[in-house]
Parts: sequence; structure tokens; C-alpha cells
Amino acid sequence: MDRTQLLLALSVALFAIGLTGVMIRRNALVMLMCMELMLNGVILSLVTFSEQTATLSGAVLVFLIFVVAAAEIAIAIPIVLLLARQRRTLDVGAYGDLKG
Amino acid sequence: MNLLTLIVVLPLAGFLLNGLLGPRFGRPFVTAVGCGLPILAFLATVRAFLQLQAGGGDDPLIQTAYTWATVGDFKFDIAFYFDRLSAVMALIVTGVGSLIHVYSTGYMKDDPSYARYFAYLNLFLFFMLLLVLGRSLLVCFVGWEGVGLASYLLIGFWFEDPAKAAAGKKAFITNRVGDAGFLLGMFLIYRTLGTLDMDGINAAFAGPVLPAVSASLIGVLLFIGATGKSAQIPLHVWLPDAMAGPTPVSALIHAATMVTAGVYLIARLHGLYEHAPEASQLIAVVGVATAFFAATIAIVQTDIKKVLAYSTISQLGFMFLALGVGAYGVAVFHLYTHAFFKACLFLGAGSVIHALGGEQDIRNMGGLAKRIPVTFATFAVATAAIAGLPPLAGFFSKDEILWFAFASESGGSPLLWLVASGTALMTAFYMFRLLWLTFLTPSRMSHEVEHHVHESPLSMTGVLVVLAVLSAVGGFVSIPHFLEHLLPLPGVHHELEHYETPLIVLSVVLALAGLAAAFLIYGKGLARGEALAARFPRLHKLLSGKYYVDELYENLLGKPLNWISERVFLGLGDRFLIDGSLNGMASLAQRAAGRLSRVETGNLQFYVLLAVLGVIACLAWIWRNG
Repeated sequence: MDRTQLLLALSVALFAIGLTGVMIRRNALVMLMCMELMLNGVILSLVTFSEQTATLSGAVLVFLIFVVAAAEIAIAIPIVLLLARQRRTLDVGAYGDLKG
Repeated sequence: MNLLTLIVVLPLAGFLLNGLLGPRFGRPFVTAVGCGLPILAFLATVRAFLQLQAGGGDDPLIQTAYTWATVGDFKFDIAFYFDRLSAVMALIVTGVGSLIHVYSTGYMKDDPSYARYFAYLNLFLFFMLLLVLGRSLLVCFVGWEGVGLASYLLIGFWFEDPAKAAAGKKAFITNRVGDAGFLLGMFLIYRTLGTLDMDGINAAFAGPVLPAVSASLIGVLLFIGATGKSAQIPLHVWLPDAMAGPTPVSALIHAATMVTAGVYLIARLHGLYEHAPEASQLIAVVGVATAFFAATIAIVQTDIKKVLAYSTISQLGFMFLALGVGAYGVAVFHLYTHAFFKACLFLGAGSVIHALGGEQDIRNMGGLAKRIPVTFATFAVATAAIAGLPPLAGFFSKDEILWFAFASESGGSPLLWLVASGTALMTAFYMFRLLWLTFLTPSRMSHEVEHHVHESPLSMTGVLVVLAVLSAVGGFVSIPHFLEHLLPLPGVHHELEHYETPLIVLSVVLALAGLAAAFLIYGKGLARGEALAARFPRLHKLLSGKYYVDELYENLLGKPLNWISERVFLGLGDRFLIDGSLNGMASLAQRAAGRLSRVETGNLQFYVLLAVLGVIACLAWIWRNG
């Protein structure tokens, strides 16, 4: 197993751990962190492919994703904060009545 | 702008000024424009007439106002044609029209929609002049439709009353039936002759080689149009209802001018009808039948305007009888005298209604002769004129119609004469009945109406006097002679010639007999007439039910049409197909959305699971098919 394969396996593992976390954990903050894990898994695969094909576009894309992820978390954290302050819990089950 | 165009455009200007600015500028302005422009049009017509006479009278003035459309190498011109026939018509239309405008200033004085009234009346005059002066059948048709529109607007002038609005609609729709015939006739003429100019049509039929088309077919189609406009059987039903309009309107549109448009059309196209013996026969029979049946109905009517309405239908029947036996000039003669005495009668009736504050039932009148003497005197002159007492106008024209119905070589027969003479007798009877019941018998008015009675203002009585004088002496102008070059009179059966004087005497005797009968039965009041009605209850019911033609049309046409509209078009088409399909789609979307919205549980983990399953499904699909 060469380096590329190892890195890809790591990326898949990160993604899978993140996905599993989002699916089974009920704590909103933990779910957000798991989503970051999934994002990082994807970024890792981008960098790996970028290195393998000796192009820079994948690496450039990574910076874009960082910006988007930062913006996303900057919105998500205050939402969770507000919800937590109102409901006095971080359990997403308590937010079920927000559905349309 | 040339003279003929000016005649037509003046009333149009009146319509626009009064319609757009009238309400803002007040009544004096409306009166000045509404009466002034028709009078100017009359003066312009007189001037055109003098020009025509100066040129010998046989060369028509033809003036083109505008080229409407050019199709291929055929031009549709808006051209005006002024020969002796259209001169007579235009003089009647603008002359009687102006008089009635002046009368209206008194009659409509207190109406809140004064400006609208004069705008419509001027609009009518414009279209009527277009009809009369148009050279092409197409221009004539525009006028024909336009007077129908003006008639609709004026019948329904007091549209707040649903019955009056319905009367307007009835007139318009009945006329549409006739107009279909007119249009078909026009199509046929254009297809075979390639022209719609009326002088061109007459010339085509006057040539040595007749056009390859049945003149009778065209003749019958155009006559269907004429039955609509001129209220002949079977399309006569609208005219009595048209009395819902203001009385001057009934005088102008539904007695003197518009309803004679059919007579004018056939006289104008006499060249065609001379080669259409079958159509002419039909016209004579329909005319005499209409005259007879309308007269029988008029005998039992109790509304003063309805009596006059049926009398108009009956007199129009006389005119068509004259047309049918080839005496076109005589028909126009009767049209001309009828315009005077019938306008006088209607305006007199208007004056009576005005005096009585809206009462129209002659059973509640009587004794008005002393209270409104000018109205009575003029009404009496006009009554004698329509009854055919010599030497008043109606005597000359009616007598000539009877003579040609008897002896004309193109379709006259003693049978036509017999029915027409019977009608003349009835005419005298019902007109003098009206005169006695309204003016001469002891008063049957209620006390407050009696108190209200007053003679009309000078604007109304003056017009009545002018029209009464014209009904008295109008007959001395021999229109048939005046039009002889244009509308030659038919030949007369030789062996019948020596009957002429006895027939004249007989018709005078008949008129006097009608007078005597009316005096005997109604001279003292209603009692004898009512006793007579009680003796023949069935006949009386049939006549006062107007032969149930309205009911027949209602059952034969109205109800099936309503049923189809209600059930098929509304029920099946609109409600079921159109509404149903739209509402069905809407409720389909709603129900589908209702089902799908159950997926949204509010459980975030469940959403993620669904997303993951979706991604897996996509990947699986790509793996299998990619």
C-alpha cells in the first residue's frame, strides 16, 4: 500500500467517523464537530489527488473550502448557542418542533 | 372637406363634443351643440339638394371621403352618393331629426343624463346618414349596424330599469338575426359582381347580360336583413318593446327613420329586385301580412306608445307591400309621409305622457282635448293623416299603395288589395279609438294626475305644429313623380285601369267607416269596447297576447338555448372540464404534498440517514450503469 492509498484510506476513515458521529450522536456541538471531520476527510482526499496528479487546483480548492467552512461554522455556532440558551439543552431531539 | 362628407361628419362632431365635453360644459352648451349641428347638417343637405337640382337632378353627386382599404386591385372607398332617392331620405333624416332634437330639449329637460342623451341622438344621426348616403353596400352596412347600436343605447337609455335594458338587448339581438342575412347577401353580391357600389349593382342587373347569380336569392337574403331592421314578420318582436326608450327616440328611430332603412335598402337596389320576381312576391306577402297582423294587435293595445308601435309595424308593412309590387317610388312616398305623421303622433304621445307625468295607459286618460289643445289639434291632424282621410298626406301615399297592390303588372293582385284595404280600415279604427280614448271621452284620470296636467313648453308644441302642417300638406309633393327617372313605376293591368276612381272613393269610405266604428264603440268611453272584448274573450286574449309570438320564440329558441348554455356549456364545459381539470390538478398537488410532508419528522439524524441512503443509491446506480 503506497502513500496515496494510505492517505485516501485515512480520508475515508475521517469521513466515515464524521458521518457516523452525525448520525448517532444527539449533542448539537458534537454533531457540528463531526461535520467538520467529514469536511476534513474530503479536503484530505483533494490534497492527495492534487499531489498525485502534480496539479495545484486541488490544493487551491482546499483554501476555498476552509473559507466556506469557517463561514459556515460562524453561522452554525451562534444558532446552536441561541437554541441552547432557549431550550436549556444541546439535545437535537428537543429541536424537532422547528420542522416546517 | 366636400359637402356630402360635411353632412355626415357634423352629427359625429356633435356626438364627440357632447359625449366628451357635454357633462363638463353644462346644458346650454349641450343644447347648442346637440341641436345646432343637426340643423347645420340639414342646411348642408338642402344645399346639396339645390346643387343636385341645379345639375338637372339626374346626375348624382358622388364624393369620396376616404379610401378605407385596398385589397388587390379592389378599392373599398368611403364614398357618398347623392341622387334624388338619397336626397329625399337625407332630407327626412336631417329635417325630422333636427325637429326631434329641438323637441327633446323640452322633453328631456329634467333628465340627469341630458348630455349623454344628445350624444347618442347625434351618434344615431351620423350612422343614419352614413346608411343613407353611402355609395357602397359596405358603408351602408356600417351605418346599418351603427343605427342598431344607437337604437340599443337609446332604448336602454334608462338602464337602471332591468326591463328597459332587456328591451334594448332584445332589439339588438333580433337585429343581429337579420344582419346575418344582410351579410350573406353582401358576400354573394361581391363574389359574383365584384363590386359593392349600389349604382354598380343596379347597373349590372340592368345590362343585356344578367349576372350568373339568382337575383331572388340575393334579394331574399337582403330582405331578411330588412325584416330585422324594419320589424317585419318574423322579426317584428323587438319594436313594441323598443318603446321603453324616451319618446322622442321612439319618434325618430322607431318610427320616422331607422325602421325605414329596410325600405330604403330595397328601393335603392330596385335594379336587382326588378329581376327577382320570387323575392318581390315574398316581400309583398310578408309586407301585407305584417300590416294586417300588426293592425289587429294595435286594436286591443292599451298603452299609447304600444298602439303607435304596432301602427308603425303595420305602416312599414304597407311600404314593403308597395316594394313587393314594384312600386318603389310609392314606397318611398309612404315612407316620407309616414315620417311626418308618425313622428307627429309619437311626439304628441310624448307630450301627453309629459302632461300626465308619465302615465301611458289610455284607459286612465280621456278629456285631454281642452286641457292640452295644441297637442290635441296636432295629434288629430296626424291621426286623420294616417287613417287616410283626404287631403292629408297619408291619403295620397296609402291610396297609391292600394292601387298598385291591386293593379300592378309586377305582382299586384286583388287579394293583396283586399287584405291591405282591410288593414287600412283597421288603421282608421284603432287610430281614432286612440284619439277618442285619449282626448275626447270624459276624463278617467286620477285626481292628482288631473291636477298635474299642463300643456308642454313651446319647444315641444312648436315642433308638433310644424310636423302637423307637414302631415297635412306633405302629400301634395308627389314623390313618385319626383323619383320617376330613378324608380320608374310599374305598369298597370290595362283592363283594371277604369277601377282607379272607384277604388279611391272606396278607400275614403273605408277610412270614414273606421272613424265611424271607433266613434260608435269608443265615443262614450271604455264600456262598449270592454263589452265587446267580453263577448269574444278568446279573440281578445289572442290579440292582446300578440298572437303569442314572443312566447313561441321563447319556447322554441330561448329555452333550448338557455338549456344548452346552462347544462352543456356552463355545466359540462365550464364547470366540469375547465374548472374540474384546474381544481383537480391543484388538489392532486395538495394531496401529494400532504403525503410527502410526513417525511419531515424534525429528527436531524433521520434526515442525514435519508441523505446518506440517497448518496448510496446514486453510487450504486453509477456503479451498475456507469
